[in-house]
Amino acid sequence: MKKRVLLVEDEPNIIEAITFLLSREGWHVDTQTDGATAVKRVRELQPDLLMLDHMLPGKSGLDILIELRSDDQFLALPILMLTARGQMRDRAEAEAAGVSRFMTKPFSNTEVLAAVRDLTRN
Amino acid sequence: MASINLLIAVCLTYVAFLFLVAFAAERAAARGRGNWLRSPLVYTLSLSIYCTAWTFYGAVGYAARSGMEFITIYLGPSLVMIGWWWFLRKLVRVGRTQRVTSVADLISSRYGKSNVLAIVVTIMAVIGVTPYIALQLQSVTLSLSIFSDPTGTTDGGMNLVSAGFWVALGLALFTVLFGTRNLNANERHNGVVIAIAVEAVVKLVALLAVGIFVVWGVAGGISEMMVRIDNSDIGQWQVDGSRWTALTVLSGAAFLCLPRMFQVLVVENDDERHLHIASWAFPIYLMMMSLFVVPIAVVGLDLLPENSNPDLFVLTVPLSQGQGGLAILSFLGGFSSATSMVIVATLALSTMVSNHVVMPIWLSFQGQGATVSGDVRNVVIFARRVSILVIIALGYLYYRVSGGSGALAAIGLISFIGVAQFLPAMIGGIFWRGATRVGALTGLLVGFAIWTYTSLLPSFGADVVLSFPLLEQGPFGVEWLRPQALFGIKGIDPTVHAVLWSLLLNTSGFIFGSLVSFPKPLERLQGAQFVNVFANSGHAHGWSGSAAQSEDLMVMAQRILGGAEAQKLFRREAQIQGHDRYLPEPTPDFLQRVEREMSASVGAATAHAMISQLVGGASVSVQDLMAVADESAQMLEYSNQLEAKSSELLDTARQLRDVNAKLTQISVQKDAFLSQISHELRTPMTSIRSFSEILRDGHELKASVQTKYASIIHVEAIRLTRLLDDLLDLSVLENGQVSLNTETGSLADVIGHAVTTTQAGAIKQIKIDVSDLDTSIELHTDLDRLAQVFINLISNAQKYCKSPEPKLFIKATKTDNEVCIFLTDNGLPIPMETHALIFEKFSRINDQDGSGAGLGLAICREIMIRLGGEIDYVPAARGNRFVLRLPV
Repeated sequence: MKKRVLLVEDEPNIIEAITFLLSREGWHVDTQTDGATAVKRVRELQPDLLMLDHMLPGKSGLDILIELRSDDQFLALPILMLTARGQMRDRAEAEAAGVSRFMTKPFSNTEVLAAVRDLTRN
Repeated sequence: MASINLLIAVCLTYVAFLFLVAFAAERAAARGRGNWLRSPLVYTLSLSIYCTAWTFYGAVGYAARSGMEFITIYLGPSLVMIGWWWFLRKLVRVGRTQRVTSVADLISSRYGKSNVLAIVVTIMAVIGVTPYIALQLQSVTLSLSIFSDPTGTTDGGMNLVSAGFWVALGLALFTVLFGTRNLNANERHNGVVIAIAVEAVVKLVALLAVGIFVVWGVAGGISEMMVRIDNSDIGQWQVDGSRWTALTVLSGAAFLCLPRMFQVLVVENDDERHLHIASWAFPIYLMMMSLFVVPIAVVGLDLLPENSNPDLFVLTVPLSQGQGGLAILSFLGGFSSATSMVIVATLALSTMVSNHVVMPIWLSFQGQGATVSGDVRNVVIFARRVSILVIIALGYLYYRVSGGSGALAAIGLISFIGVAQFLPAMIGGIFWRGATRVGALTGLLVGFAIWTYTSLLPSFGADVVLSFPLLEQGPFGVEWLRPQALFGIKGIDPTVHAVLWSLLLNTSGFIFGSLVSFPKPLERLQGAQFVNVFANSGHAHGWSGSAAQSEDLMVMAQRILGGAEAQKLFRREAQIQGHDRYLPEPTPDFLQRVEREMSASVGAATAHAMISQLVGGASVSVQDLMAVADESAQMLEYSNQLEAKSSELLDTARQLRDVNAKLTQISVQKDAFLSQISHELRTPMTSIRSFSEILRDGHELKASVQTKYASIIHVEAIRLTRLLDDLLDLSVLENGQVSLNTETGSLADVIGHAVTTTQAGAIKQIKIDVSDLDTSIELHTDLDRLAQVFINLISNAQKYCKSPEPKLFIKATKTDNEVCIFLTDNGLPIPMETHALIFEKFSRINDQDGSGAGLGLAICREIMIRLGGEIDYVPAARGNRFVLRLPV
């Protein structure tokens, strides 16, 4: 059974790039552009990995992270957060909220794939 | 032999004559023809009220009893007059410049306008002078009695006592009539002064007539007279040095301190130069008054029976020789002495009582509402009249109660010692700047207490007030507290004893109290004015001869009333005076008005003092006055400052909070802005990097996919470029570094260019309706920049208009001073809450498209501002409308 990743991202071109990269690695990629319904989507899909943009319409990536981590069910869920804002404070806040990995855009493909592998190694 | 009835008729005629003289003098003064009333001669004669019935009758009695010692009573005043330039001149100058009305007023105003001091002095003066008034009434009735009983051995019948009552009433009436006719600022009484001058002549003539009669009519010439004197006891009397010194000092002090003397010396003084003449004329008058005292006493002792009252020799000697006419003249002389003293003394006392006791009480009952107006003047006059009646009634009462006992001279001396207690405070006040209110009060109270204890109370005789054992052994058996032998000093004369101790302890208390207390500002200022009265004033001026500077008055009024209020007052007065200059003339009316206005702020006394200093040849500089004004304003200012400070602090705190909030907000905005820019730059870069890596790594992609990814890279690169362009553009616009390339062109052309640019290569087409556009509108502005605005607005409409048939209507109107361009689409109106934000940077209302960075409208706004116009968003009925305004 294929591992599932949920990608929460509002930039179509970035969705395309990541989907391309992870599919080739054998992931089943689900996408979600709206922040407001993202948590609900996670509950439905029960993904093995969550990739989360920081700046989303409806609800910020940080708020989604906090909400998920407050649920015991998602304490161990690997969450890779991507941000384009480049603020030190964002990283600190995300780490305090229990992010698994925090990456700043633009990333290199190798970096992203290494991180994904690292996070999902049993 | 003159009958009582004849005597009374003569008296009444004489009194009627005095009334007439006084009335004529008042009339003349009122008509401005009263210069002769104020001659040095009148001034000198008015000083003769020093010579009362005590001097007229009593000096002879004194000589008969104690030899030449009576001379001391004349010696003291003569020395004071001869040394006038040392003390008297200064006293008169102070009195005139300060507009002093009495001894109480002098002492009170010197020590900071102290009301307490004024009251103390007033009470002391009333207590000290009342026996003296009684003495005059007694002498009049006693002299009347002589005519019914020429031997002078009894005190006369009941009809004489009632005569005393009528005399008192007549004197009261005269004083009321001429002493309180009007309320002059200078407290001068022409009628009274001229009447007492006439009386001075009468008493001198009477005494000289009796003397001449005695020397040439009885003794038979000067040489025979000298023989008689040498043979009499008077020639043998020993001179007691301490008594002579004490009495000379005492009479000199009394001459200055007696309320009636102060009245004629200082208050009634019209010209300081009169003092110069009086300094030699008055001693001559006194010398003439004393010339025949010894002969009369010697002849009286020779001629009359042993038990005759020597106080009445002036009457009884002529009577015994059958000289009825001379006796009546002599009686008139004594009568004149008594009445002039009573009139001036009550006048002076009533001024003190009404000014310092009645008025303050009345005003305090009136509360804050009392203003200086006509009714107050009426109250003052009424208070004076009542005071006069009460004081004369007191004198009469004392006379009835004391039963007319005691030698005249003894009562007189007690009064002298009483009023002499004012002397340390007076001398210290005008010679020592360090003298303070506390010192003056201490000295006065100590001196007064000692006088009461050592002189006044024992004078009633043993067992009347002070018990015999107390007099002999001291209170509670403490010997050194014996009233007539204080501190164990025994065996000296009671008068010397009282003078010594009362003045010594008074002066010590005064000096000590002054040294240990600190004067208030007003005391310091008054002290400087009194002590340095000659330093600053050239010649003392009257109120009318003023040279007040309107500027000074204005400056002072401003300090007291505040700038706006004072300027209003002065401007109004200038208008009333009929000239359009800013400053009015300092007319007496205006001065009064300023004083009244100021008195509401600083109190009447201070206001009057300030104005009169400024006007009446000020003895202090304007700077000194300003210092006082400042000092009194300091308290007020201090409290105001405190208030202002606390509100200032609040203000500062609020400003700091505001600044802090602003800084925080700016910091947040800056963070947000940097985050936005970062996001806008990194997002396309992410796609570019990712897809370029995919393409580089050669994942065996289909050609179509390769093309797709390459075109994504291309689009994102363009997006990035545009974003950088926009950012640079905005930065330049916001910093005002943009240089406008102004040219003239048609609005329609600019819009046409924008439409063409936006339509070319656009995915979504919007129908642009320019049919209503007035093609004749010409613009003179930066046409490229304006086109940029239209391009942004049209491309926004293209991107965001969600109507199935997107349309954009462009039309324009032109008025005299501006061109209005309306761009209206038929899309969904943007939400109300974001209206305020749409022109802000990165404010993407609809993020779904994701292609815009949210800088377009911000750039539009900046451009419009640079072009001198503006841009507004208006929600249209169905759609959105942007309104551009440009100046023509």
